Amino acid sequence: MTQLERQGWDVVVVGAGGAGLRAAIEAREQGARTAVICKSLFGKAHTVMAEGGIAASMGNVNSGDNWQVHFRDTMRGGKFLNQWRMAELHAREAPDRVWELETWGALFDRTPDGKISQRNFGGHEYPRLAHVGDRTGLELIRTLQQKIVSLQQEDFREFGDYEARLKVFQECTVTRVLKDERERVAGTFCYERESGRFFVLEAPAVVLATGGIGKSFKVTSNSWEYTGDGHALALLAGAPLLNMEFVQFHPTGMVWPPSVKGILVTESVRGDGGVLRNSDGKRFMFDYIPDVFKEKYAQSEEEGDRWYEDPDNNRRPPELLPRDEVARAINSEVKAGRGSPHGGVFLDVSTRMPAETIRRRLPSMYHQFKELADVDITAEAMEVGPTCHYVMGGVAVDSDTAATRGVPGLYAAGEVAGGMHGSNRLGGNSLSDLLVFGRRAGLHAARYAIGFGEGAARPRPDAGQVDAAAAEALRPFSAEGPEPGEADGRPPENPYTLHQELQQTMNDLVGIIRREPEMEQALEKLADLRVRAHRAGVEGHRQFNPGWHLALDLRNMLLVSECVARAALERTESRGGHTREDCPAMEPEWRRVNLLCRLADVSGGLAPSDEPRRGQISLARETTEPIRPDLLGLFEKEELVKYLAEEELHS
Amino acid sequence: MSSYTAAFRVWRGDADGGELEDFKVEVNEGEVVLDIIHRLQATQASDLAVRWNCKAGKCGSCSAEINGRPRLLCMTRMSIFSREETITVTPLRAFPVVRDLVTDVSFNYAKAREVPAFVPPPGVAAGDYRMQQIDVERPQEFRKCIECFLCQDTCHVVRDHEENKASFAGPRFLMRIAELDMHPLDAAAGVGVDRKKTAQDEHGLGYCNITKCCTEVCPENIKITDNALIPLKERAVDRKYDPLVWLGDKIFRRTE
Repeated sequence: MTQLERQGWDVVVVGAGGAGLRAAIEAREQGARTAVICKSLFGKAHTVMAEGGIAASMGNVNSGDNWQVHFRDTMRGGKFLNQWRMAELHAREAPDRVWELETWGALFDRTPDGKISQRNFGGHEYPRLAHVGDRTGLELIRTLQQKIVSLQQEDFREFGDYEARLKVFQECTVTRVLKDERERVAGTFCYERESGRFFVLEAPAVVLATGGIGKSFKVTSNSWEYTGDGHALALLAGAPLLNMEFVQFHPTGMVWPPSVKGILVTESVRGDGGVLRNSDGKRFMFDYIPDVFKEKYAQSEEEGDRWYEDPDNNRRPPELLPRDEVARAINSEVKAGRGSPHGGVFLDVSTRMPAETIRRRLPSMYHQFKELADVDITAEAMEVGPTCHYVMGGVAVDSDTAATRGVPGLYAAGEVAGGMHGSNRLGGNSLSDLLVFGRRAGLHAARYAIGFGEGAARPRPDAGQVDAAAAEALRPFSAEGPEPGEADGRPPENPYTLHQELQQTMNDLVGIIRREPEMEQALEKLADLRVRAHRAGVEGHRQFNPGWHLALDLRNMLLVSECVARAALERTESRGGHTREDCPAMEPEWRRVNLLCRLADVSGGLAPSDEPRRGQISLARETTEPIRPDLLGLFEKEELVKYLAEEELHS
Repeated sequence: MSSYTAAFRVWRGDADGGELEDFKVEVNEGEVVLDIIHRLQATQASDLAVRWNCKAGKCGSCSAEINGRPRLLCMTRMSIFSREETITVTPLRAFPVVRDLVTDVSFNYAKAREVPAFVPPPGVAAGDYRMQQIDVERPQEFRKCIECFLCQDTCHVVRDHEENKASFAGPRFLMRIAELDMHPLDAAAGVGVDRKKTAQDEHGLGYCNITKCCTEVCPENIKITDNALIPLKERAVDRKYDPLVWLGDKIFRRTE
């Protein structure tokens, strides 16, 4: 067996974004010795890029708000495919999770009476998003980071060691979840980026909090970390993924200059009064209000404009429709030849607010456009277009405990978990999701781990798995060797080239608008890339070698991309973040169908070269659990008929 | 603007030493220095080590020195240089090199742990916190900090004086103390923590002689010197020389 460093912990949290840090805080406060492991430096996670706010029905700005209204908005946004119990827990618990942040030092923007201010956002009936200008994610990460430091200070006072009960392994990567011979979680196999050294964290419970998959797409708002690691770790450990076809394209990403294409332009721009126009100067969103939302949105510019001042007597402007609707509308306008010079549409605040207000309410956006595009958003319109932003699909979890299916000891929370957002996530519901389910995952992982006590009862990683994981991680350094049956000396594949081809494939063939032949083509291309990725080779040595890291991440991106493409091909309807040009209608029958992806390759993905063209993923349909009657009772019957199948209405 | 070929010199090496390596590399319209470093990775040096994350100036990962000036690689546009100019990219000078452009910034995390955390006000339940916007705005400015550590890198107290690191927290963490000191509800005093005093006595506020280098390099345009360090110094001094405070400290000796 490979000799390498082993450490014992109770709970290992993979990922140090909002969900991971909230899980770690909870696990540690439950008494579990907790390790957090993250690919970047502590405090740099993708959560820092969240701009708009945290959705929670505190009712500070409009007292009509409550958890039931938030629940309703979330279900509508997700087109009723949401795992309803998650949506319920989320709406009920979000206010407590926000208030708790204040006790840890967070400083949100305030209302005149000193409470946490709340702003409007797409799909939310009332002003609901707790925020700090347009840098809410940074505030969230910093607050959680500083709470972790304060817990470490407590441990220092008690034990003389900051890391006695809570340690952050920064710039480390997990490549495998390890199990024991009874198929229970036993730890993680990891490497340290700085040195390339391997190590094993032994623990009975692992929380996946690794975020999303955006780096499989060319135009994305996501950072390099978003390579679907947790999704792949779950699959490889034997846990299924849920509804992976639902990928959110945020309607407003930067489109110019090319090097910043995809960088996010916050929805707050629209929440605070910004409007979308095409090249004719027309506010085109009024032409794109779908039937299910007809009663809820303004039919004229005048009514929409009045809503900002008098929301009780007017309906909201259609710029604030859920993201999937706005992204599709922009896509259609550009396609119809009414786009902006660089292939987007115009997003304008300059004619809607005084320059000073713009700079105060949207400081990051002002800064971002000024510095990166030479555009002064107080004087001219921005050019924006859709960008891959978020994956609604993810690891299938139990709503209450965040436990994955079939792998005891494995939990998932945040973007990596599926179900909560159904087919489309509302803005602001991500940060609240991280907090609500991060806490739940940490709580239940800690209870489960502590239940083993110390010593012999704990699962021990199977020795063969550790050796196999080490061999897998080292393969890119010996990729030059000839393949069986191949000519000698064939040069290895460049991981950067493979990554670019993968991104182009997913962007072009499984992007915002999907067609059957293109998705079939994508699956063939993915099979080809998988064969080549097996030969991805790198130069240099193991010390901080980005080429090597990317070669390892490719496995995850290819697995996840296959899940997205297969599920998208299977679901022959359009719903939320899944739009089929060849199946444009939303079908009530499909509302009851969850698509589960499992690893087909029983070798656990360790031998992808055996028969690489055979896909690695098998797909299964599952009937969704009926929505609890009291929750259904929160909706008008006339609304439900738009979503539910006939027999569901009468059951 | 058309594409052109730029001359780059990038420091490559590790803790045992290294040197500047010359590259010729394509540059396209609108690109930033980080785009060029990525192009080098993809085409000429796959193992070139660099930290980055958001590529939008929000995470503070890609700090390095460009032509000797501490900057974020992702927010430095190529258009600010002439086409003829050779652009030199080196790792942050104040921290030990790990590899290429990546440095060991653990100094900053150690200092972060030494600043006593926010102390919640006793008897105020979660949900009952009330603060006025005008009162939170001052500390909010400091919470814009993305922890890029450019201020830590440029501050002359440590930039060329390794020996000062033990007793000096650096602008970022002195600003953190100022932020907590200005938090409307921080109850540190109630548990015997005098933030101004710790800034002076334990975190080396006195080393700062307000040359404003930190403010100049801050990519978030935080007025670190004017709004955090100088007010903290004034308040620390007030306490030190205020006879009433002095007397109070003598009579009611704090336990810590």
